[in-house]
Amino acid sequence: MNKPLNKMAVQATINGEPTAFLCSPGQVLADVLRDELELIGTKIGCNTGDCGACSVLVNDRLVCACLVLAAEVEGQAVQTIEGIAEGGVLHPVQQKLLEHAGLQCGICTPGVVVAAKALIEHNPNPTEEQARYWLAGNLCRCTGYDKIIRAVLDAAQQMRQEAAV
Amino acid sequence: MSIQEFVAPDSLSEAKGFLSDGAAASVLAGGTDLLVGVRLGTRNPERVVDLKKIPELTAINIDAEAVHIGAAASAFSILHDSDVPSFFPGFAEALDLIGSTQIQGRCSAGGNLCNASPAADSIPALIANGAQCLITGPGGDHQMPVEDFVVGPSKNALKEGELLVSLILPRPSSQTADAYLRLTPRTEMDIAVAGVGVSLTLDGDGTCTAARVSIGAVAPTALLVEAAGAALVGTQLDAAAIEAAVAAARQSACPISDKRGTSEYRTHVVGVLVARAIAQARRRIVEAVS
Repeated sequence: MNKPLNKMAVQATINGEPTAFLCSPGQVLADVLRDELELIGTKIGCNTGDCGACSVLVNDRLVCACLVLAAEVEGQAVQTIEGIAEGGVLHPVQQKLLEHAGLQCGICTPGVVVAAKALIEHNPNPTEEQARYWLAGNLCRCTGYDKIIRAVLDAAQQMRQEAAV
Repeated sequence: MSIQEFVAPDSLSEAKGFLSDGAAASVLAGGTDLLVGVRLGTRNPERVVDLKKIPELTAINIDAEAVHIGAAASAFSILHDSDVPSFFPGFAEALDLIGSTQIQGRCSAGGNLCNASPAADSIPALIANGAQCLITGPGGDHQMPVEDFVVGPSKNALKEGELLVSLILPRPSSQTADAYLRLTPRTEMDIAVAGVGVSLTLDGDGTCTAARVSIGAVAPTALLVEAAGAALVGTQLDAAAIEAAVAAARQSACPISDKRGTSEYRTHVVGVLVARAIAQARRRIVEAVS
């Protein structure tokens, strides 16, 4: 990887905060988040879009940050794992992953949380099959997936109950 | 990455300028092939031209004659933010088989076509539906059938400075339906052993009046099997007609053997999928009419 001198100035909204950063034309969003903005919750696994560890939302669309050029997000809204909990209060997906022991080493977890939250916003009442397909791009080598899926379905149920009150 | 310049033009004319001034330029739609290629060293552009700020490239428009899908529109927006799936459920199934939710958030039908993989899922579905490519370039605009656009593995028909703008799918009648089926070793996140796209039109008494059958992953490019469609037209889709279509598809297949299957296996499977896709397209027409 060479380092071109022609840095680009990019302005985007990251986790609700107007943010400016410099990046190389070929630098991917995952690297900028981690190396320039110190948002190291986003993990890098495969760097080829297969593992989902770097899942983030760009304009509410679930994507792999390793397959987005940082320069592409000019003027757009990026949400990372750091923007999921509200203050000290965990998002229901995060809380249920803890309760169901849906994580071990934790490398896949930020991506799973971002993807599962996006699922529930897209489909508040997913079936197990729908949840498994939606999360098929988030690889986990620890849990065997069952606990993750239980946690996500449980979180969806809790969020439906909260929305009904 | 070796990329030295990133540009995001907001008009086609500006984009054409960036593609024709001699720089080693690659267009960027969803990047799910390009950026992986750059990472692996198989693609080496100096300039990346992001197409997603150009309205024509991301628009999805449905008029009286046709469905126009911007070449850079993401699979997710086609599947979830447009009426395309109600017109072409088979094409939608093909897009929904590509990669993960994350990949579908970025990847485009135009990119899947330009990348020209023999195993691309959306290409047989486009061919079955008689889709045309709208291409612009230094010499102006022209159209080309999708089956002529892919000329070899990873090779498309675009000339220097040309750009795929949109895909144009003729609007189906109420008596027309499509289907796409593929076989993979896993149910998700895998690449086709064989894929089949079918579009059928039936008249009021169930006679087939038009049929297009396309096969993927069993030849250097996805193929339109005209003999398979011809075997169905004029029939009631009886067992003999379907068997003739299956035989024609197997006759056209010339697959490689690799880790996903032997040549013999792929040839067998593509025939099985042709029969099933015909049945599914027919079922869709019957259910829509009843």
